[in-house]
Amino acid sequence: MTEPAEPDTINGVRPTELFAALRTGEDTTMTRLRHRLAADAERDGLLDVGYRTMDSPVGTLLLAATGQGLVRVAYPGQDHDAALAKLAEVVGPRVLYAPARLDEVCRQLEQYFAGRRTMFEVPLDLRLSSGFRRAVLAHLTDIGYGRTESYREVAIAAGSPKAVRAVGTACATNPLPLVLPCHRVIRSDGTLGQYAGGAAAKQALLRLETAA
Amino acid sequence: MVRPFEQIVSEYGPAVLRVCRAVVGPVDAEDAWSETFLSALRAYPELPADANVEAWLVTIAHRRAIDLTRARARRPVAVAELPEPAALTAAGPGLDSGDADELWHALRELPDKQRTSVAYHYLGGLPYREIASITGGSEDAARRAAADGIKKLRASYLPAEDTEGARR
Repeated sequence: MTEPAEPDTINGVRPTELFAALRTGEDTTMTRLRHRLAADAERDGLLDVGYRTMDSPVGTLLLAATGQGLVRVAYPGQDHDAALAKLAEVVGPRVLYAPARLDEVCRQLEQYFAGRRTMFEVPLDLRLSSGFRRAVLAHLTDIGYGRTESYREVAIAAGSPKAVRAVGTACATNPLPLVLPCHRVIRSDGTLGQYAGGAAAKQALLRLETAA
Repeated sequence: MVRPFEQIVSEYGPAVLRVCRAVVGPVDAEDAWSETFLSALRAYPELPADANVEAWLVTIAHRRAIDLTRARARRPVAVAELPEPAALTAAGPGLDSGDADELWHALRELPDKQRTSVAYHYLGGLPYREIASITGGSEDAARRAAADGIKKLRASYLPAEDTEGARR
């Protein structure tokens, strides 16, 4: 016996019309319910990853945090959906839009873009990075606001003077750009080199930091 | 590939809300939806990759609706009257809240089996075989319950809008 996936009309009225009134105020209700779900999940410790997006001078950023701390910052060009899918795989699938968890990070980033903050003070979760890449990331916070270092200098600081290319890879795969300032790592000849958020974003950030 | 739970909320949330509104009414629908998705979130890591997500959610919603109805029955004050559709006063585009009121009044007159069969099939998109496994009974019984439910709804709700544009 076969069954139609979408039922036929009921005396000339399609079910979607018959039940149209059930959609009343649906969008506002869904918004309210999503907020409530995120809050309930946080309360019950069910949130593997909470995320939100944030408009910034260098584009819409994805911010994601685990219970331990900020785990991912992604630029518009870095495919936010793919970043969230990766988090679902690595951290856990209970990933929800939960802006409250990112309130403090968001506030500090806004201050940074306004030139009123030179370092970030939020808990970080570095689990997306390991080994030498993690050693490179750990060194990045030593490069102060408004300063730059070459890939070579970073390689030396991270303990592997010859691993200049690997430093480039570590910066390119930095899960926490902006907060771990890979934009402050440039080429030995003084040119900016590549950046996860694009060369224009790198230039904008360095200009912001030198203007302050 | 593991899908972030947020995708499940986006894709199925609105349909499950319609199911909840039809089964427990507009006031309790938000509690039913919230408890459904919180339970689903809890169990999500164990959900098999090839599971029918819609049927899974409707099954949870069915249990939560029963819990809500029982909880309400235990509270003597709440027994006296079924919830009024006060939550639907903010009308959506092209609708007035009167439609929502009338539809809920018609739906709540249906026997439980008819109301759930109608909701799970026409709003949840589930085949009668799935509905039978949720509500108990046979596939044919679920199909008959839905047909009877629609027949009653037509009689009690549709006459108000039988002619286009000419509403009382």
